[in-house]
Amino acid sequence: MLEYSFTEEQKLLVELVKQIGEEYIKPYALEWDEKEIFDPKPIRALADADLFGIVIPKEYGGLGWGVFELCLAVEKLSYFCAGISTTYAASFLGAYPIILYGTKEQKEKYLPDIAKGKKLCAFALTEPQAGSDAFAIKTTAKKEKDFYVLNGIKQWITNGGIADLYIIVAITDPTKGARGASAFIVEKGDPGFSVGKKEKKLGLKASVTTELFLNECKIPSSRILGKEGMGFIVALRTLDYGRCGVGAQALGISQAAFEASLKYATTRIQFGQPIYNFQAVSHTFAEMATKIEATRALVYNVAKYIDNGAKEISLFSAMSKYYASDMAMWVTERAIQMMGGYGYMRDYPVQKYFRDAKCLQIYEGTNEIQKNIISRDLLKFYKK
Amino acid sequence: MEKIIVSIKGVPKPGTVKVDPETHTLKREDMELILNPYDRYALEMAVSLKERYQTEVTVISMGPLNVIPILKQAYSLGADKLILISDKLFAGSDTLATSYVLAKAIEKLSPFSLILMGVKSMDSETSQVGPETASILNLPSITLVKKIYKEEENWIVIRDTDYGEEELEVKGPFLATISPNLDYLRPPSLKRILKVKNIEPLFWSAKDLKVEEGRVGLKGSPTQVVGVEEKKIEAKGVIIEDEPSVLVEKLLEVLKKKEIIKD
Repeated sequence: MLEYSFTEEQKLLVELVKQIGEEYIKPYALEWDEKEIFDPKPIRALADADLFGIVIPKEYGGLGWGVFELCLAVEKLSYFCAGISTTYAASFLGAYPIILYGTKEQKEKYLPDIAKGKKLCAFALTEPQAGSDAFAIKTTAKKEKDFYVLNGIKQWITNGGIADLYIIVAITDPTKGARGASAFIVEKGDPGFSVGKKEKKLGLKASVTTELFLNECKIPSSRILGKEGMGFIVALRTLDYGRCGVGAQALGISQAAFEASLKYATTRIQFGQPIYNFQAVSHTFAEMATKIEATRALVYNVAKYIDNGAKEISLFSAMSKYYASDMAMWVTERAIQMMGGYGYMRDYPVQKYFRDAKCLQIYEGTNEIQKNIISRDLLKFYKK
Repeated sequence: MEKIIVSIKGVPKPGTVKVDPETHTLKREDMELILNPYDRYALEMAVSLKERYQTEVTVISMGPLNVIPILKQAYSLGADKLILISDKLFAGSDTLATSYVLAKAIEKLSPFSLILMGVKSMDSETSQVGPETASILNLPSITLVKKIYKEEENWIVIRDTDYGEEELEVKGPFLATISPNLDYLRPPSLKRILKVKNIEPLFWSAKDLKVEEGRVGLKGSPTQVVGVEEKKIEAKGVIIEDEPSVLVEKLLEVLKKKEIIKD
């Protein structure tokens, strides 16, 4: 693996996540996947390790670090189980709107508990009829004196039911199109808020995905994030920050698939020798390793670019998400192929990596949408 | 509530054990040490009690200087104060001499509410130091504890037994060794890992503890190790070769002969 010049603190962070992975995740990951179990124990461990505080500002009890450090944690966690890293990273997707757009009161109220891992978050934009076409959301928020009353359904929400805080994007003014949406903080116990059944997924089975129902859900008007009409700005900016995390997940999954299949290829004897001796096999590993390294360079650099305060980040975070998830799909598929029948069996983890990687091409904006973002912003970028 | 004291031990990392050829005791100062795994349960219990009752956790460890990283690890797991008890005079101490030194250190830390230890150490497995220390301090000692909580002035303690659980009521301060059957052990905290770089443990020597020299080290140890042998486990394999149908019969015969299966 290419060595990056991490700071002492970054090294300690990665080492700690590795320790948590070894102790709280590795022995159980295949069972969670097989039985579709959400186990709160590794999440508790991540909380006790202060890892929910990575990007929370110091004044609110976090570590005040950036997207890059978050990516390092997510990458290492995904190496052990992408289901757990999905629960973890999705919570940041719910926390970022408060960090980026919260008022001082909102930050004081929510961020310290988020940093401690006492409150898990979720981000709810998608609806049954509004996936890639996010502007087609139908959930409404109507202002009544000091309250907003929310009505609608959110779909495929990671951490549904296990999260304490939900960022809900809803239409406040249907006449204003994309500028008619607003983002709100909904708490688990709010009247009229309920959670649907747990979805059955192809992968990421250790994470929880549900529908959310908002039925005359009444929340104080102080729960709006930013101003009325800023809903999509809040949502899209949050996704700009989050997509690097998907890139980091892709790196962790790919690394795990690469290592598992490499170990197999160097020890599996066919025709009297390890199959790694055959060029068709070893060249595949050469390609895998090169693609992982190249993608890591992209993801790390985009994360650092964001942390350096760059304004035009959408296309780069879209690049890191789309490119890394496609790479992970390719690497995990090849990893199964290198292991043959063993790779296909559910007794070995590479098939899990393959199923987990698939979602990365879909969630937080499909890769097709990422290419829309890149091609759109590319022109903006080069006109300058 | 007064502070909680946890006594921990650095034990050799498996595979790195070195024995002093003269005294037959472990050459602890030359080995890579890890936190005795049983002590992590005592630390977990202490830190969860600290959170519940708003107190502090002082960790003590008797050993050479290479115990310092173990003490720092205890800090990252939630301990507040670290004390290394170290002196050449202590070398070769058996469980009684060790318990005496720990008792002297604990006395110096008075007042305290609880003393917690692991049930035993991975390297010597005696389970003696906890109860012996309590005995020297003239305090109640309860072993294999898995739950501790306060009820008015007294403590309710639940301990594992061979046949189930036992609930006891005890007046503090007391010493408990913690059962390795806790449901959850917290990982180190990142904030504490970053902080501990600049924290050094307090250092207490034999002089600081005003110990009687005759009661510590090899001299003060009634247990003398007269010899240490490496145990080699040799299992001889038997290969039975034949046609599958005959092979099964032969194998059954061997297993029956060894009384692994019955007729």
